[in-house]
Amino acid sequence: MARIEISGVRHSYLRAPQGDEDYALRRIDHVWETGGAYALLGPSGCGKTSLLNIMSGLVRPTEGRILFDGRDVTDLPTERRNIAQVFQFPVIYDTMTVAENLAFPLRNRGVRDADVRRRVEEMLAILGLADRGRQRARGLSAEDKQKISLGRGLIRSDVNAILFDEPLTVIDPLMKWELRTQLRQLHQRLGHTMVYVTHDQTEALTFADQVVVMHQGLIVQVGTPADLFERPEHTFVGYFIGSPGMNVLPVHADGNGLSAGGVRLDPPASVLPTEGRLEVGVRPEHVRVGREGAPARLLRVDDLGRRRIARFDLAGLKLLAALPEGSEIPSDPCVTFEPGKVHLYRDSWRVSGERLP
Amino acid sequence: MKPVNQKAWLLVAPVLALVAFSAVIPLMTVVNYSVQDTFGANQFFWAGTVWYEQVLASERFWNALGRNLIFSFIILLIEIPLGVFIALNMPKKGPGVAACLVLMALPLLIPWNVVGTIWQVFGRVDIGLLGSSLALAGVDYNYVQDPVDAWVTLIVMDVWHWTSLVALLAYAGLVSIPDAFYQAARIDGASGWAVFRFVQAPKMARVLTIAVLLRFMDSFMIYTEPFVVTGGGPGNSTTFLSIDLVQMAVGQFDLGPAAAMSIVYFLIILLFSWIFYAVMTRHDDDGAKGG
Repeated sequence: MARIEISGVRHSYLRAPQGDEDYALRRIDHVWETGGAYALLGPSGCGKTSLLNIMSGLVRPTEGRILFDGRDVTDLPTERRNIAQVFQFPVIYDTMTVAENLAFPLRNRGVRDADVRRRVEEMLAILGLADRGRQRARGLSAEDKQKISLGRGLIRSDVNAILFDEPLTVIDPLMKWELRTQLRQLHQRLGHTMVYVTHDQTEALTFADQVVVMHQGLIVQVGTPADLFERPEHTFVGYFIGSPGMNVLPVHADGNGLSAGGVRLDPPASVLPTEGRLEVGVRPEHVRVGREGAPARLLRVDDLGRRRIARFDLAGLKLLAALPEGSEIPSDPCVTFEPGKVHLYRDSWRVSGERLP
Repeated sequence: MKPVNQKAWLLVAPVLALVAFSAVIPLMTVVNYSVQDTFGANQFFWAGTVWYEQVLASERFWNALGRNLIFSFIILLIEIPLGVFIALNMPKKGPGVAACLVLMALPLLIPWNVVGTIWQVFGRVDIGLLGSSLALAGVDYNYVQDPVDAWVTLIVMDVWHWTSLVALLAYAGLVSIPDAFYQAARIDGASGWAVFRFVQAPKMARVLTIAVLLRFMDSFMIYTEPFVVTGGGPGNSTTFLSIDLVQMAVGQFDLGPAAAMSIVYFLIILLFSWIFYAVMTRHDDDGAKGG
C-alpha cells in the first residue's frame, strides 16, 4: 500500500500539443492517501481513464511526476509498479480455468504454490464462484467474467493500489449494487487504496469516502459526497452531482445591486468580484415557489413519486424547482431562493468565503 | 397428407443442371473410365476394380503420395511459424501498416505458372541470379540434376509464395485483440512468452486452423509450379500425385488407371477436408460463447 502523489501531470495524446485544448489532462495535482476509498467521477472524455492509466504506468505522462510513498515511479513500467487495475470490459484468459485465471497474477510473480492455492480458494469464495474453479473461463457469463477480472486485481494482497475503470458497466443493476457493497466490505477488510472510476454519481457516492470530480482534464473538486452537494466548487460539479442538477443563472448588475432572472441577490460588497463572468447557482431543492419574489411562468411538472420537479421560465431562463409532495403551485407563481443556499460563481469557479442571502 | 408441389423442381432445375455440367457429369465420367478399359476408337470393356487394385498396389502411386505428404508437412512446418512470427512483428498502427500489407500481398497476386517461371529462371546456374550467385560463391547447386536441390528450390518457392497468406491471416487475428487484453496482461505481470501463449495464440487459433487447411489443400494439390520448374525430375524425385496423374492420363493415355488414381486422390482430399472441417466446427462451438 502506498500514498500516491500526482504532481504537475499534464498529458496529451498528440505529438506536438499546442494549447490547453490539446491536453487530455490539463494539469493534475492530487494525493491519494494510503487506504482511501476514492471515486473518480466525471463525464465520458474528461480524462478519468487517462489519469488511471498514468498511475498504473500503461501511459507515460507528457509532463509531471508520479510518486509512490515519495519514490518517483514515473519512469517505471507497469510491471514494476505493483498496481492492480480492472478494466471496463472483462478480460479473461480464454484457455485457462477460473482458478488458473485467478492464480495467473500470483504465478507470474513467483508466489509459492501453497500460497497460490490458498488465496485462489479464498478469492473464489469471496466472488461466489467456489463451485466453478475448475470450469473453463471462456464459457462464463459476462458478469462472472468481470468477477474474475476483479478477482485477479483483489487477489494480490501486496499491491500499492487497486484501480477500477468503470468495472461494473456490463453488470446488471441488482448485481451491481451487490458487487459494489462487496468491494466496499473488501476495502474495509483489506485496507487497499482503491480508486474507482465512474461516470455514475450514485455509484461514486455509495462507494467512496472521497469523491474526486474531473471535468475537461482538470480535477474540479475533491470532497465527501455531502461537500459536493452542499458546496460545489465549480458550476460543473453543481450541475453533475444531484438529480436534477443545480440551476446556474447569469447575474445582472444594475443600480440596485445584483439580480438573476429578476430574483434580487444581496451579496456583501467585500466578496463581490469586480471582473469576470458572474453566475449564481442554486439547487432545485432550494428554490421556493410562492406568491412572493420574481414572477415565473410554469412550463411543466414532472411527478417523481416522492417529489415533483417543476420547470419554470424565469425571465427567459430555465429554472427547475424540486417541490415536496403535496405542495401547491399558485396560479401566478413567484420564486425566491432559500437564504444561505445560493452560491456565486465567477468564471465557473465558486467565489469562496461567503454565501449569498 | 401434405400437398406436394411439383413446381419446386422446376425452380431448382437450372442450378441442378449447372452443377451437373460443372461437377457431377465430369466426375461421373471419371468414375466411368475408372471401371472400364479402352483401346481407343471409343470402344469400352468392363474392367471392374482392376484399375483400383493396380493403383493401390503400385509403388509409383505410394511414392508420389508420400512425396505429397512430405512436401505439405515441410511447408506447413515452415510457413505457419514463420507467418506467425512475421505477423507478430508487423506494425499495428501508422503508415507502416499499409506498406506492409501491400508488400505481403504481392506474391499472392502472381499466377502460379509465373511463380514457377520466375524461380525456374532465378535458380538456373547459367543465367539465374540465385543459381549463378551460388555458383560464384562456390556452392554446388543445381536443381536440374540434384534431387535435394530440386526439393529445396520447390520448398523455398512455396514459402516465398504463400507465407504471406499465413502472415496476413495471423495478423487479422492479432489486430482483433482489444488493447485491454495487453494492458491486463501487463498489470498481471505476464512475461512476453505468457502474453503470446495466453493472449495472442488463443485469439489466433481460429484463423490459423483456416490457414493450415488452405495451405495443406493447396500444397497437396500442387501441380503448376513443380511442372514448370522441375517437370517432376530429376528422375521422379519431385513427381507429385498431380504430375504423375497428368503423365499417366495425357502422356501415356492410360485412361483407366489414371481415372482410378483421380478417384483415390479425390477421396484422400475429401477425407482431409472433412477432418479439418470437423476440427474447425468443434473449435467454433467451443468458442461461440468466448469473448
